[in-house]
Amino acid sequence: MHALTPELAPVVENGNLLLAVIIPLFGSLVVMTMKKHPNLREFISSCSSVLLFIMVLTFIPAIKAGQTLHFTLFELLPGLSISLRADGFSMIFALVASSLWIIAVYYSMGYMRAHDEPCQTRFNACFALAIFGAIGVAFSDNLLTLYLFYEIVSVCTYPLVAHHQDAESYDGARKYIIYLTTTAKFFLLPAIILIYVLSGSLDFPHSINAGIIPSSAKDWVVIMLYVFCIFGFAKNGVMPFHHWLPGAMVAPTPVSALLHAVAVVKVGVFCTTRTMLYVFGVDVMDKLNLGIPTAYFVGFTIIAASMIALSKDNLKARLAYSTVSQLSYIILGVALLTPHGIEGGLIHIVNHAFSKITLFFCAGAIYIAAHKKYISEMSGLGRTMPFTFGAFAVASLSMIGAPPVAGFVSKWYLLVGSMEASQVGILLILIASTVLNVGYFAPITYKAFFGKRPGGQAETGIKEAPLSMLIPILIAVTISVIIGIYPNFMMQFVRMVIG
Amino acid sequence: MDLLVIKEGFPLLSFLIFFPLAGSLVLLFFHGEEFARRWALAITSLTALFSIPLLTGFDAASTKYQFAEAYKWIPQFHINYIVGMDGISVLLVLLTTFIMPFCVLASWKYIQKRVVQFMFCLLVMETSMIGVFVALDFILFYVFWEFMLIPMYLLIAIWGGPRKAYASIKFFLYTLAGSVLLLVAIIALYLKSGSFFIPEMMWQPYSMTFQVLVFLAFFLAFAIKVPMFPFHTWLPAAHVEAPTAGSVILASILLKMGTYGLLRFCLPITPDATVLLAQPILWLSIAGIIYGGFTALAQHDMKKLIAYSSVGHMGFVTLGIFVLNTRGVEGAILQMINHGVTTGGLFLCVGMIYERTHSRELSLASGVGKYMPWFVTFLAFFSLSSFGFPGTNSFIGEFLVLAGTFEHNIFLALAAIPGAVLAAAYMLRMLQKIVWGGTNNPDQSYLKDLGIREIIVLTPFLLFVFWIGLGPQPFIDLMHGSVTHLLDQFQTWQQHGQVASLLLK
Repeated sequence: MHALTPELAPVVENGNLLLAVIIPLFGSLVVMTMKKHPNLREFISSCSSVLLFIMVLTFIPAIKAGQTLHFTLFELLPGLSISLRADGFSMIFALVASSLWIIAVYYSMGYMRAHDEPCQTRFNACFALAIFGAIGVAFSDNLLTLYLFYEIVSVCTYPLVAHHQDAESYDGARKYIIYLTTTAKFFLLPAIILIYVLSGSLDFPHSINAGIIPSSAKDWVVIMLYVFCIFGFAKNGVMPFHHWLPGAMVAPTPVSALLHAVAVVKVGVFCTTRTMLYVFGVDVMDKLNLGIPTAYFVGFTIIAASMIALSKDNLKARLAYSTVSQLSYIILGVALLTPHGIEGGLIHIVNHAFSKITLFFCAGAIYIAAHKKYISEMSGLGRTMPFTFGAFAVASLSMIGAPPVAGFVSKWYLLVGSMEASQVGILLILIASTVLNVGYFAPITYKAFFGKRPGGQAETGIKEAPLSMLIPILIAVTISVIIGIYPNFMMQFVRMVIG
Repeated sequence: MDLLVIKEGFPLLSFLIFFPLAGSLVLLFFHGEEFARRWALAITSLTALFSIPLLTGFDAASTKYQFAEAYKWIPQFHINYIVGMDGISVLLVLLTTFIMPFCVLASWKYIQKRVVQFMFCLLVMETSMIGVFVALDFILFYVFWEFMLIPMYLLIAIWGGPRKAYASIKFFLYTLAGSVLLLVAIIALYLKSGSFFIPEMMWQPYSMTFQVLVFLAFFLAFAIKVPMFPFHTWLPAAHVEAPTAGSVILASILLKMGTYGLLRFCLPITPDATVLLAQPILWLSIAGIIYGGFTALAQHDMKKLIAYSSVGHMGFVTLGIFVLNTRGVEGAILQMINHGVTTGGLFLCVGMIYERTHSRELSLASGVGKYMPWFVTFLAFFSLSSFGFPGTNSFIGEFLVLAGTFEHNIFLALAAIPGAVLAAAYMLRMLQKIVWGGTNNPDQSYLKDLGIREIIVLTPFLLFVFWIGLGPQPFIDLMHGSVTHLLDQFQTWQQHGQVASLLLK
């Protein structure tokens, strides 16, 4: 594996980075003042999402030319600053989060209005704030900035989870915030401080090899720090700290879709993998033999979460456990520490995002159109809602890893990676999980199209979901297919990480 | 006296000390309530303005006591009037002068009876608090230290809540009990060194037994003031009963005198005893951090919650002081300021809600977020700051303290971490209750959001939350010289001690 040498990756100061991070924040502040003008409010939301996406797109030429963009906001102490950077790694997540925000804004407009939800201003404002956090995480230049935006995401998504303000949602939201802040404070805070004490800086280096932990650090300290970092970013859904995610499903479906399939959970895995590669580095992880045990550890999450998913009848709960399982694919890939493994893991950030958001969008559409939450009630529904269930079927193929949908690409790389690492066990985990994926996704589609309607007769009044929801679904699923057939656009950024 | 940089010309420090006192004397002759409010505001604001030259004229590179003044007072007993300021005290003095005007503003409507007397007490308080931080003669220090008790006692006993008698007496007795031994130690030191000049008592070859005894006497006095676990029980009582301004002064400034005392006296006067006894004190700090966290988590009274959180936060300060390295001590001093700003802000917030609901019960204040958006915005930022959210002032303070602790002993630092977790837990719990509540909130629709005066009171606190949080370097630069000087001397002292003990063998 070749590291990107600093000569190849000149660092360029670029103030637009700050602009990109500020767009969603500013959008959110404006939205807050628009309580009385719902149309204008939604217009502002969509404008900021489009602006953000364009802003992220403008970074592409420089990144492609091998540059790293950089911007320092605040210098706190020597070696401790709040600063931003854009490199190949950050582009993977920034592109996903910003593009899906656009789709999600349209979808949630349709959903929230069709459902006549209360407090839509607060909802929109917090939605934008969560994206602000996610983009901040993507563009973080050091561990402190990463931590700052990670915590911003935790706090700003609380109102979204508690949105319905009934006993159930307060309960879910409580669990949500307790899990996320406790793990962050308990594991991350000491890890960050200790890393600062050891190395005098928290800035990420420019290659994935070296890391920033000095070689003088004792082995047990480094291993402890590593374990702290894996558990500290509990948004990554690794067991045993995954419970917040199913609990967060009490939120309105657009939240589950964008945040708990894309923004929030991907913040978790992004932070975890960023730390693995850029704080510890491949060399240290190789030396201390941290990679393969991690892969097996998250392998347990993959299998266990799939098993739990099998047992869930509530569609959103099943999707939530599927998310828990799929997130660990990403960490597993990176933990293999082979080029294809890392590529497979990182590209799965993208692939899983587009497919899973489709699935959640479909779940929301089914709920709005047919008021059904439970899979057992959905048999025969596919014939009434062909587009929704068609999209669902394609996206679940991606989850399973069948060609030509996006998930196939990641699974291919992951399988190659595990062979490179000569880990038969990992190979078996991946295969077993594929079988389980089929087990919990295929029956949904099958029953929807071929199952008998309950009571044997057609329910009246159920129609296909409204267009404002259907269009985002179709866009998301189309992109899922496109990146399955033509993965290179995103792969180029992934390859830059490997060097 | 080469330890002092004598201030030529205008005696700034003396002016700052006695200007509020003079202002309070004027109040004796006037009885208009409105006049008293305005007068107190004018005096405290002017004091704050006049304290700005302390910042601009302060030479951070010098480790001497600056703006010093020395006059003979009672020559027979070598008691002098000596005041001066170094990097350790400069921020504390400024914290005092800048918080006082806001205390006056916070009492504008809150205090409705005996307004003149109330303002009188506030002004006298200010004199004694500034005096404590700048006194360099031990008797002078002691006079200010004890003098402060009376106005504070009155603030609680006259303008306090229903259990004010109990709370004020408890406060008085606890603090007094500590101070008595402090006086004994001061006299013992005088008998050894023949002077009351504090810098001359430092780094003297006292015997170990003598040092330990003096240290313990100091420690008791200061630990009660901090308050360190298990000497903290007066604090929740006093906080709960005190009026808002009293709570703010108590939390923001009075508690800092304890930690200031530990830093100013224990370390340099009894260095060997400090090293000997540092370990138990460090673990006592940890105990305070954890205990304060757990008790705060169980409170239903907002003021009690913040009071117990103070026990935890001050535990971080003592932790930082006794790890005896630069990061730890600088973090501790910064954390003193942070706690003053943040907890001051929190008490002000609670006071504002108390003025509306006439209750400090969390359950009665739940669900106000819908009706008081500005209020909860301020409250949210102060709460985030209180549990060390990155980007706020307390994060930097805790970061430095914990970094220093990690340098000292990794397990000690890990033991403090649950305190940080608990801080997030109780603060978010309070915030959740106040902003959202539950499904059966009391009807809060009669509540009015913050007025202009209240926003003016809270804004500067919030400003400092972010200023220190995002640009702490100027604040650290102010103290850096004095702190490194102190720790250098400490190290030299220890090396000398080791050489001496080797020679004696």
